[in-house]
Amino acid sequence: MCAFYLPGGGVSEDIEQFREEVRVFIREALPDDLRRKVRREHAGFTPADTSRWMRILHERGWSCPSWPVEHGGPGWSFEQQYVFERELALNDAPHVSVFSAGMVGPALIEFGTEDQKERFLPGLANGDIILCQGYSEPDAGSDLASLKCRADRDGDDYVINGSKIWTSDATWANWMFGLFRTDSSGRKQHGITLLLVDMATPGISVHPIPTFEGGEELNQVFFENVRVPGANRLGPEHEGWSIGKYILSLERFGSAEVSRTMAMLDRVREIAAREPLRDGYLIDDADFSKKLVRAGIALRQVELTERRLLFAADDLGAEASLLKIKGTEVQQQVISLMVEALGPYGQLDPEDMSARDNAPLPDAAHHAGKVCFNLRKSTIWGGSSEVLRNIIARSVLELRS
Amino acid sequence: MTEGLTDDQKTFADSLDRLLTDTLPFARRQAAVATPGGFDEDVWRQLVELGCMAAAFPEEHGGLGGGPEELMIIGEKFGRHLVTGPFLASVVLGGHAVLFADSDAWKARVLPGVAGGTKKLALAWVERQARHDLHDVATSVRAANGRWVLSGRKDVVPGGAQADVIVVSARASGDRRDRDGIVLVAVPADAPGVVRLDERAHDGNRVSTILLDGVEVDETQLLTTPDRGLAVLERVIDHAIAYVCADAAGSMWQVFETTLEYLKTRQQFDRTLGSFQALQHRLVDLYIDCELSWSMVLDATQALDTPQRRHAVSSAKVAVGESARRVAEEGVQLHGGIGMTMDVPVGHHLKRAVVMNASFGDADHHLGLLASSPVSRESNHV
Repeated sequence: MCAFYLPGGGVSEDIEQFREEVRVFIREALPDDLRRKVRREHAGFTPADTSRWMRILHERGWSCPSWPVEHGGPGWSFEQQYVFERELALNDAPHVSVFSAGMVGPALIEFGTEDQKERFLPGLANGDIILCQGYSEPDAGSDLASLKCRADRDGDDYVINGSKIWTSDATWANWMFGLFRTDSSGRKQHGITLLLVDMATPGISVHPIPTFEGGEELNQVFFENVRVPGANRLGPEHEGWSIGKYILSLERFGSAEVSRTMAMLDRVREIAAREPLRDGYLIDDADFSKKLVRAGIALRQVELTERRLLFAADDLGAEASLLKIKGTEVQQQVISLMVEALGPYGQLDPEDMSARDNAPLPDAAHHAGKVCFNLRKSTIWGGSSEVLRNIIARSVLELRS
Repeated sequence: MTEGLTDDQKTFADSLDRLLTDTLPFARRQAAVATPGGFDEDVWRQLVELGCMAAAFPEEHGGLGGGPEELMIIGEKFGRHLVTGPFLASVVLGGHAVLFADSDAWKARVLPGVAGGTKKLALAWVERQARHDLHDVATSVRAANGRWVLSGRKDVVPGGAQADVIVVSARASGDRRDRDGIVLVAVPADAPGVVRLDERAHDGNRVSTILLDGVEVDETQLLTTPDRGLAVLERVIDHAIAYVCADAAGSMWQVFETTLEYLKTRQQFDRTLGSFQALQHRLVDLYIDCELSWSMVLDATQALDTPQRRHAVSSAKVAVGESARRVAEEGVQLHGGIGMTMDVPVGHHLKRAVVMNASFGDADHHLGLLASSPVSRESNHV
């Protein structure tokens, strides 16, 4: 069973040495304020923070773990990438930029022109470029291929008119990678083109959509005669659907968020070890500790399956969807457990509390509730759990509707 | 299901699957369950010939030099084909108890026979008051006049009816729930004072109550010292758990695949049932359960001889046990009325899952073990 023994399990000496190297680096390079935000389950964490962290990682050559050396990446093995991601999370460090390092960078390397690689890869790697994703539209959510936001040819340029919605971090982003309608004559998957759009282009307006927990990450983006040079098109005209899907498939690799949930579960344990109960602490309570164990087992199943699927298969198809379905489910379970661990203090809104010196709980704990609400998003975006089940039903189970 | 296996192991898995497909179709399996022994003697002989009994034992004891991975392969196939018979009892429990214990004489005496299919063993550890606790042992073995006397009662002993020798956990010293003072004793099934009452388990297997009424044994029958008995017993039971998890996972895959096929063909409302999204999503959830469970089986299997053994095995027992039951229940439901019938396998998979959950500690028991282990209190990433 050699194939199953090694991957990510940290058995070989080399990988343990690498792990230690990563730990030492994080200890020395991670700024305290970033660490604090991560420990608050990323409450208040902004794309500017990611950028800052990308810059720090970039100096070490580690900001884009999956990139090959010739494009400025570290040329790591799959196992090294896996360990790196795990160690970041377990040592309270932010993740690398998913859009830059994990999605658009690899797509540019795969499909981009030389000119595009030169223009974009350095900025993606060092944190200068902050991306937002222009996929969903008011009438194209789960049914993404029915998107209508138009990009009409005008000489060498495209002129965009229409709107994108649920655009995370659009107020921070200086570039958008988006899917736009360039032809509506054929089937809906045809005639979609992927463009890189400078967010400073005249005609773009960004309208924040407050989320119910008080978050400000979501936006609607409006385009009015927004002119984009043809040189910013990634891949062939009208063929953007497959590239867009390729980018989404890259997202699903890490979308189980196993490492982050592991770190969250550790923090639930920390809270449970500190919250008083009867003559001891919450963690001594048989019922609560069993809930912790249950969450740990649920997470372990996802972790092991991720390892198994990622390392065993050369190409990961729709099976990856199951990782996202279960990974996000477990993450929601863990963050809910964190709120539960806070007992009566689980009802407090952090906005008022964290500023006060005599707040009843340490700063970090307050944010659990808010993050718990925020994380309801994870089973919705990047392919809702229901859409992902449709994908598995169709591609793996070969069921037809 | 064969990822990471060696070519030899894959060949073995394929041969076993073919053998069971050819020789043990469901109707014949049902007929075998109805016989007094509850299993098909003829198929059993062929399993012996294929090397199933020998696969996991070292060559020096007449085995083929395999280990937990071979048990996993066999478990997965047996679960798929709903195989009954004393494999778990004799090879996994009794055989490994002798193998992990300390008596070279007994290893030489019984293991080649177990591996060769001429002898059957059993392990008797369950007691009424103990529920799932392995260390709660009231059955006693006491020295008297240079001999030892074994007294007590063991319940739900798998394969007791077929066993030539029964390995019994017994207390040599200390209080009923002490972790120290437990020994494993090898008792010939026909020894004076051994009384056996056979019963039928839901999965078609036979289990026995074993009454030990002043059974005289000598020192050579004590397979462990009192400070070693529990450790050996725990190790054996953990191997058995990994095995039944593999069995349950095979059973789950089988339920999932047959349910999927059924829903692809069964027509209602002028369309296949499998075209309804509500049912598709439930099938997807079965598929996900199968994949997640298989990961836990692999993890438990590979952890058996490592320091992570307890954590991995208990985690697998909880996860796979609950999934197996859920998948089988869903399988029955999605089959509809036909799923309730005796002549369709799906309900029998549910029975197997129920037996699996009741054996070797249920989810609550293992959650308790995990909750009280230091590893769980500190972190998840072991």
